[in-house]
This record gives sequence, structure tokens and C-alpha cells, in this order.
Amino acid sequence: MAMTIHVDIVSAEGAIHSGLAEMVYAPAVMGELGIAPRHTPLVTQLKPGEIRVDEGDGKEIQHFFVSGGILEIQPHVVTVLADTAIRAADLDEAAALEAKRRAEDALAGQQADFEHAKAQAELAEAAAQLRAIERLRKK
Amino acid sequence: MAGAKEIRTKIASIKNTQKITSAMEMVAAAKMRKAQERKEATAPYAEKMKSVIGHLSHAHPEYKHSFMIEREVKRVGYIVISSDRGLCGGLNNNLFRQLARNIKVQQESGIEVEFCTIGKKALGFFRRYGGRVMAEATQLGEAPRIEDLIGVVKVMLDAYENGEIDRIYIAYNHFVNTMTQNPTVEQLVPIAGESEEELKHHWDYIYEPDSKEVLDGLLTRYIESLTYQGVVENGACEQSARMVAMKSASDNAGELIDELQLIYNKARQAAITQEISEIVSGAAAV
Repeated sequence: MAMTIHVDIVSAEGAIHSGLAEMVYAPAVMGELGIAPRHTPLVTQLKPGEIRVDEGDGKEIQHFFVSGGILEIQPHVVTVLADTAIRAADLDEAAALEAKRRAEDALAGQQADFEHAKAQAELAEAAAQLRAIERLRKK
Repeated sequence: MAGAKEIRTKIASIKNTQKITSAMEMVAAAKMRKAQERKEATAPYAEKMKSVIGHLSHAHPEYKHSFMIEREVKRVGYIVISSDRGLCGGLNNNLFRQLARNIKVQQESGIEVEFCTIGKKALGFFRRYGGRVMAEATQLGEAPRIEDLIGVVKVMLDAYENGEIDRIYIAYNHFVNTMTQNPTVEQLVPIAGESEEELKHHWDYIYEPDSKEVLDGLLTRYIESLTYQGVVENGACEQSARMVAMKSASDNAGELIDELQLIYNKARQAAITQEISEIVSGAAAV
């Protein structure tokens, strides 16, 4: 059998692919990479595109779409940390602003500092209620 | 036969409630299984990421990213993860209590606190008690997506980078098993407890475009993935807490129905006895 390299493709929401391959192609930011076994160690960012995994032995090439991420190459292991979201600095910025705006809208007109005593008192009350319910249940 | 009809309608209404709670229990049980699977699915990404970061910081001991440097703490940020919906027992309240204790400790040592909330209950909590909420995300649903968290995490990380806050904590419920969920407050940034384990191989990587940019992207994603894990784990906690709460509600309804049924039967019996004795005494009088 030809020489192979282990490929792991994972995203934050779950593992996507794991297996051996003779050749892997990935869309790096500096241009497409072809990775054969014993490739030199390399870490790079990926841009949106297609990862192709060639398992050899006449098997069909597998295709995976990634919307970016990070690629790490060790001599016998390729790890793709795939993004599931389209990422770009301005998109992230927009998401951050949106999250801020929502918080401001939701909290309009409230007092500025955390009122510890009030929170503590009401939480204690809630806990007491829960305990009372427990007791009632045991009866 | 006074009261018998009222008791009957009461029993009927409790039965209806019981139907709802037992349906919710079953739904929660099914969702809990899925949520647990989702939680387990997130583990490989974070592990891989951790090992790459470990490699990188090993290969580049001279370059320290700001997310790895401890600095004097004047102001801290909390990312608070709660559920969107109630009816899940003491889950959110337990978390908030733990958090309130934590905040008290911070405030007593003169450290200011800021918050980012995920989930409606956390937002409602800070709306009632105050506290500077910098950003929020709600309505993540059963299958949260990492896109929904990017904004919240970025607000916190930006504040950290700009020196507005010096430490970021994450507060969520840790899933132990179906019966037990532990409210947990953990330090997120600076990345705590770098693994000291000796790496078997170490080599220098080629970086494209350059090491700083790669490490930057990597650390941001790592923190996002930790937050995502927290959200998913909290989701599993929510479902199991709801399942337990609904189970006890159904049991309680059952007990109530039994009691009421007994009262109803007694009332009915008493009415019949009274009627008979009236007939008998009437017959005797003739």
C-alpha cells in the first residue's frame, strides 16, 4: 500500500471526517496546498473553499466544503479546524455591534450597578421556595 | 351533595395539568439525549485546538499572545450562560447564586464587573438587579450555532485587548449527570493552566501568512469554542433539569388527584348515607 497520512477534519459543532489519505488538497490563504505524506510541518489559515481527500486505491475523492479555518500539518497528521461560519473582520465586527445594541435595547433605563443585596435576597427566597416544594413532595 | 361537583372539576383540571407536565417530561428526555450527543461532538475540536496551541506556544516561547499574559486585575468580565426558558427547576437560580457570590468577592476587593449574557434568563436577571451588560445573545434554540456567539465573544475579547477588562470568566452549568448539574464559574482569559506536559516531538512550523496572525485566529476560535461548549453543556443541563422538574410535577399532580379523589368519594358516601337515613326516618314516622 502506498504511503498515507492521517486526516482529521473537525468543526466546533462536531467531527466531520477522520481517516487515512494519500493526498489532501486544501484552500490556504496563500493559495491551494497539496499535502502528501511527510509534508513539512505547517500551520496556515484557510479561506472558504473545498477540501479534497484522496484516499487512493481507486477510491473516489471525498469533498468537504469549509468556510475557512485553520490547517495544521505534522509529518503524518493533517488537522483541519474548520469554521462553520463565514468569517471576516467586518462581519465579526458587525456581529459584535449587533450583540451590543441588543443588550442596550434590552436594558434601557435600568440602574447601572449590580445590586448585590437585592439579588441575594431574591435568590434566597427562590431557594427557600424550592426547598418547601421538596418538603411538600416528601410528605 | 354540595362540593362534589367542584371537586370533580378540580380533579379534571389537575389531570389536564398532569398531561401537560408528563408530555413536557418526555419531550425534555428526548431533547436531553440529543443535547448530550451535541455536547460530546464538540470535544474533538477543542482538544485538537488545544494541542495545536500547545505546539505553537512550545515552538515560540518568546512570543506571548496577550490572551496568555496575566495582568493586574482592575475590572473583570463575565460571560453568563443561562437558558432561554423557565420550568427547569432551580437550574438558573443556582447558577446566579453562585455568580452573585463570586461577584461579591470581586466587588469587595474593589474590582469592577461587567457582563455579557447568553440566554433570556440571564438578561432578565441583570435587568432586575442592574449590572453593566455589554452584549447579549438570546434565542439560540435547541441547536445553537457558533455564529450566534461570535458577536458576544468578540465584544469581550475586544474589551480585553483594549485593556477595559483584565480577566474574563465564563459562568455556566456543568453537566455531571441527569440528576446533578453543577453551577460553574471558570476563568476563560487569560488562558489558564497551560499544560506542562512534555511534547514527544517538537518542531517549528512554517506559518502562512505569519505566526502572529495564525495564533490570533487560533486563540479567538479556541475561546469561541470554549464558550460554545459552555452553551451546549448548559443546554444539556437545561433539558435534564426540566425533565426532573416535570417528573416531580407529574408525581405531585398524581398525589393531589389521589387525595381529591378520596375526598370526593367520602363526600359522595356521606350524601348517600344522609339520604338513606332521611328516607328511613321518614318511613318510621309514618
